Amino acid sequence: MTVTNSNGNADSATATITRAVPRVKTLKELAAQEEREKRFQGGHSLCAGCSIPVMVRSVLNTIDIPVVVVNATGCLEVATTRYPTTAWNVPWLHVAFENAAAAASGVEVAFRVLKRKGRTAQELGFELPGEVRVVVFGGDGGTYDIGLQALSGALERGHRFTYICYDNEAYMNTGNQRSGATPPLAHTTTTPVGRESLGKLQQRKDLTEIAVAHHVPYVAQASISHWQDLVRKVEAALRADGPSFLNVLAPCQRGWGYEPCLTVEIARLAVETRFWPLYEVVEGEYRLNALPKKPKPVSEWLKTQKRFAHLLKPENRHLLDELQLQVDREWEKLLRRCEGRVLEV
Amino acid sequence: MRKLLAPEGVDREAVLAGEHFMTGDDACAEGAIAAGCRFYAGYPITPSSEIAERMAKRLPQVGGVYIQMEDELASMAAIIGASCAGAKAMTATSGPGFSLMQENIGLAFMMEAPCVVVDVQRGGPSTGLPTLLGQSDMMQARFGSHGDYAVIAYAPASPQEMFDLTVKAFNMAERFRTPVLVMADELVGHMSERVVIDPDKIEIERRPRPEAKPAEGARILPFGANGRGENGVPPMPLAGEGYRVHFTGLTHDERGYPQIDPETQERMIRRKIRKIWDHRDEIVEYEEVELDDAPIVLVAYGSTARAALRALRLARERGLRVGMLRLITAWPFPGRKVEELKDRELIVPEVNAGQMAREVERWARKPVHRVNRLGGAPIAPEEILQKIEEVA
Repeated sequence: MTVTNSNGNADSATATITRAVPRVKTLKELAAQEEREKRFQGGHSLCAGCSIPVMVRSVLNTIDIPVVVVNATGCLEVATTRYPTTAWNVPWLHVAFENAAAAASGVEVAFRVLKRKGRTAQELGFELPGEVRVVVFGGDGGTYDIGLQALSGALERGHRFTYICYDNEAYMNTGNQRSGATPPLAHTTTTPVGRESLGKLQQRKDLTEIAVAHHVPYVAQASISHWQDLVRKVEAALRADGPSFLNVLAPCQRGWGYEPCLTVEIARLAVETRFWPLYEVVEGEYRLNALPKKPKPVSEWLKTQKRFAHLLKPENRHLLDELQLQVDREWEKLLRRCEGRVLEV
Repeated sequence: MRKLLAPEGVDREAVLAGEHFMTGDDACAEGAIAAGCRFYAGYPITPSSEIAERMAKRLPQVGGVYIQMEDELASMAAIIGASCAGAKAMTATSGPGFSLMQENIGLAFMMEAPCVVVDVQRGGPSTGLPTLLGQSDMMQARFGSHGDYAVIAYAPASPQEMFDLTVKAFNMAERFRTPVLVMADELVGHMSERVVIDPDKIEIERRPRPEAKPAEGARILPFGANGRGENGVPPMPLAGEGYRVHFTGLTHDERGYPQIDPETQERMIRRKIRKIWDHRDEIVEYEEVELDDAPIVLVAYGSTARAALRALRLARERGLRVGMLRLITAWPFPGRKVEELKDRELIVPEVNAGQMAREVERWARKPVHRVNRLGGAPIAPEEILQKIEEVA
């Protein structure tokens, strides 16, 4: 077995890197697609420096065939559809907070049944496209927490759809309350740092692993900072014959507390410090998608954000060490699962 | 260390005594703490999130526990659990979350588990108007869960009442062993006003407790009226205290054991309803404003009552004799009072399509005049005044 050791010496693992990467769309091609269809347009009211539209545009411009978007309640839904305007130029369905995956199940099955019955344009009043992809966007609130049951059900039933979670690690739409995705010790408005508390006292849920446990064809973790990797993963997810799930780290300048111009940099740091490893699980087989040559300590990432400011005080040094230990432990676990399989774009 | 179990009386160290300028949501959280609430389980939702945020900050300071749950189903279930363990427990939400809580609100009624649910109403249905005013959950408050049941529901009209009525909600919940609702609205939740908190004026009630000690063989009937008549409130043993207890959502007998037959259903559900309905004179509250000489009466509640009061003053200035009946409890509904007013012209302004107006009509046995808005903005006093002038 070829795995790297925890201090980041990657020699043995890099030896097995597979470079047989399918060609991914170039930025030019993505831009041309955007120009052609304008599936998601500007003028919405997401915050300056928000990572969510970066992710949405990468996803929608990767897809060439017709797409139906199902959107759980959250920042993306609220800020892109302020009446009388909308940023969406695709069929778009907003449901309640907890049921995006269930609604997507309905869309997918209905389309499949209409197709099977061979309904004509005359019967339907419109021409049924040859292929449609159902894509769900949900935040960590709508995915890790309240929507988890609907997601689990849809993954288990095997609908052909792609669920994309934009994980900004708290309920940002309602003002930064903690979620199942909030990292330990982060300050949020419901885990306030003060005399009685050091922030969130619990672990974060490993949602990507929960999705893997459903034995679906494709699951991946991605980051807006690595757009080629993200685009490749969207393509792989859409090709999968069954449910696919992407968990995309989506930094939030308001909730995390940093300058809006640093969004991409902070997303990249999360990968380079191995807090947010990029990997994919194809038919149950793990592959690492970013092997930081010189991994940075997690404190490099934490210190960019106000929500972790208290961890940088000398008296909290032990907490920082504990977090680093956790990151190392998770990383080693992931390396063992990857068994030396590395695929970088 | 203060116990998670509700303090016996007023915990003076915990009460934020003094005069404050605070929002209704903050006042609600302070009211809960003053009433002895030491357990909050919730899920953030606009416009109630500030209650959760304040409880997250305040509860650890007074020895309590804040838990953020994964959704509103879990929030409601968690406060029932905490209540069965002896804590005074609360959750707060808004429309969509209130819908998700309904099954468990019925469970709390069935288990006779005292707890408080705050609904800071926004415009609905569904996601509706997350940040804007609504009063359209008033009938859901009464009938939202399946099956036959009774509820106590308050309708605060100011931050001061958010405090006072939250305290009262806990007292009623404890006294009658039942879930109590605080049906606030976005305007009352988000407005800032003077709130006076005086620990000397706070009264604390505790749930009835079994007399027999939890010794071997102690026979208690946690769901029996225990000689208090057909509308009695049974004593409540606590989980882990030593009694053998059985709490279930199935129809159960006086011991708490499932008994699936029409006789038990008739006997047990009737008692649970009657323990509230038969005591309605002690529960029902309303405010009368210049009713005596008024041929026209406004029936209003919550933030809309503030606009109605202004309309009343404007009308009086113009020589129109108008009075107001302000509902403080929406449920049980002050039906007898409305019955007394059946010969007056009744106007019911509310931020929904006409929900409480139906209940007013039911008791007045005649159609009433409505002023409605479906949410998003308060009804202006001028709109109510216009209706008064039409009716006069």
